[in-house]
Amino acid sequence: MKEEEKIIAPSADEGKNKDLAVTAETLEEPTEALKENATLTEEGRESVGERELGVAEETYKEMSPIRLVLRRFFRSKLSIVGIVMIAALIIFSVLGPVIFNRWGEETVDRGVYVSEDVNYYRQDDGNGGYVNVTEVVESEDGINRLADPSGDHWLGTDEKGMDVFVRLMYGGRISLLIGFIVVILETILGIIIGGLAGYFGGWVDNVLMRVVDVFNCIPTLPILFIASAAINSWGLTEDVNIYLLMVFITLFSWSGTARLVRGQILGLREQEYMTATEVMGYSPARRIFKHLIPNVMPQLIVSMTLGLGSVILYESTLSYLGIGVQPPKAAWGSMIALANRPEILNYHVNVWLPAGLLIVIAVLGFNFIGDGLRDAMDPKARK
Amino acid sequence: MFKYIVKRLLLSIIILLGVSIIIYTLTRLMPADYVDQTFSSKVQSGAMSMEDLQRYKELLGIGDNSFTGIMKGYFGWLGRLLQGDLGRSFKYQKPVAEVIASQMWYSFGIAIVATILQFAIAIPLGITSATHQYSVRDYVTTVLTMIGIGLPSYFFGAIVIKVFAVDLGWLPSGGILSGGVTYADNFAGMMAQFGDMVWHLILPIVVTVLLSIGGLMRYTRTNTLEVLSADYIRTARAKGLSEKKVIYKHAFRNTLIPLATLLAGILPSLFGGMLITEQVFGIPGIGKYAYDALQFADIPFVMGYNMFLAILTVIGTLFSDIMYSIVDPRVKLK
Repeated sequence: MKEEEKIIAPSADEGKNKDLAVTAETLEEPTEALKENATLTEEGRESVGERELGVAEETYKEMSPIRLVLRRFFRSKLSIVGIVMIAALIIFSVLGPVIFNRWGEETVDRGVYVSEDVNYYRQDDGNGGYVNVTEVVESEDGINRLADPSGDHWLGTDEKGMDVFVRLMYGGRISLLIGFIVVILETILGIIIGGLAGYFGGWVDNVLMRVVDVFNCIPTLPILFIASAAINSWGLTEDVNIYLLMVFITLFSWSGTARLVRGQILGLREQEYMTATEVMGYSPARRIFKHLIPNVMPQLIVSMTLGLGSVILYESTLSYLGIGVQPPKAAWGSMIALANRPEILNYHVNVWLPAGLLIVIAVLGFNFIGDGLRDAMDPKARK
Repeated sequence: MFKYIVKRLLLSIIILLGVSIIIYTLTRLMPADYVDQTFSSKVQSGAMSMEDLQRYKELLGIGDNSFTGIMKGYFGWLGRLLQGDLGRSFKYQKPVAEVIASQMWYSFGIAIVATILQFAIAIPLGITSATHQYSVRDYVTTVLTMIGIGLPSYFFGAIVIKVFAVDLGWLPSGGILSGGVTYADNFAGMMAQFGDMVWHLILPIVVTVLLSIGGLMRYTRTNTLEVLSADYIRTARAKGLSEKKVIYKHAFRNTLIPLATLLAGILPSLFGGMLITEQVFGIPGIGKYAYDALQFADIPFVMGYNMFLAILTVIGTLFSDIMYSIVDPRVKLK
């Protein structure tokens, strides 16, 4: 706000101040300086000109656009927090199981343990009221079920006697893997469809965009529910199921990317440099993929980062519903689903709460990074 | 304008045809169909033979799962749809349209309150966080609302149920009416019943609102920032208007323009119900019914529900485009 006021009413004094500020900026950001120059008063411009003659060679440092973006990106505290969150998550889930290898993903802790079964009844007491009966049945079996956090099991065990902490790591691996693969696939699909529609226009655009509309109108969650139920019934191996799941999530989420690419290209197509490529006789493929798509990349990278969060949410929702990643494979969603049993919800918070927190961290991290990138890549941004 | 709407409606029909083909094919690929599930015990005990089962499937029009069988089933479904018949739900044993119409209102009741609250909270938050950009207030609201975006509804629902229903015992954990209570058949009884319903719906509404504020708040914030850097805001400031007047009289109205596009998403969310939230809280809305039908492979209901959502989306998009051209005269529909 203050800056704007200065521009509106520049006094001679402020002109000089600005001038100083600009030269400080030239050390690192020549483009910013050029922009500022335009708003300077005449005397200011002169003095910059004089100084540039002498100092230009020493102070002028060329910065690539990528470095500029990175500088702006790291200025925001939230983006740094996001990077730290995601880095921690990747280390936790990728390196975690390698270091912390006492329990495997599907290792059941066997030993002689006393397990407790808690049952609840609600009985009529004959006078119109209710009596809540809590029944605790202790039994001995060979599996350490629903253990509390301890040195052995940092976050206890789940109802099958598997270590929660280790399963969180494996669940993270699968969530991140699905997230990255789906986002990459949907971006590729979106670039191809959106690129063709935006570049060629006319009937190609019409047909392709109606296809996009169709996919846009399909309710995502119910259709993914149907699709993954179908996948699970085909009797394929767990790994193949997961890959098919990725394909289906991609299939029902690429339409947004295609729209984004098309919209951007419609605008870029009319620019002069595109006329130049036409004059130079480049092939359409080269014009689309070499000259148009790179200019859409900033927006695409932002939407990819934000998309990662939503894919992770979809995957965990499907796993929660029991139709995503199938047990005994670990997934954050299916770990939270254990909370559907009242005794786990109430007495074994260690089983379901950490998985949910990790989902929040993952989505939050990717959103922070995405927001930071958007601000950093926005050419209109002043800072 | 009229020509535009007609053109869009015609296109919508083509789009909905595409949607229905995809949904129908996938639905038919679902495993464990209704007949198998319902009569598996009878088949095991020998009361029904496999031939009976197959005949029953033929009767329902889901016997042949080859390509031609699915195509035949689809055109049968489409033909009945054109006569205004969505078919009869396998699971609920009632016409699909009737089930949707009767359960929709629970979902609608939650959604309308949640949507109003969501707008009432998110828009002021978005504006203050834009006018105080990079302040503590901005960071706090941004982080809190972003956590809302990241929280899965079933997880947040579980926490809320544990804390408020189980540990504190303030609110019921689910359902729509208290069990074992009968209400008198008069006005007072109806009011008591309504109060009980509201009582049960507090938690689901709170969860829905908190989880959906984030998106809208971010959207408002971005719009407001964009508007605040426009030339006419600079002019308003230069005229010496008070900051309050600049923001609430000049900026605020223009920040609302892009919000018109949000109308596209509101229509399905108002009437479509919430699959997960309703299931977590055990509310007999359309979302829970659809969820149960999905597990049951109730093809007519699943088709009816998905098409209902798709139609709402199509209408919502059209509606938002028209609204956009109304609130922003620079936008021309063609």
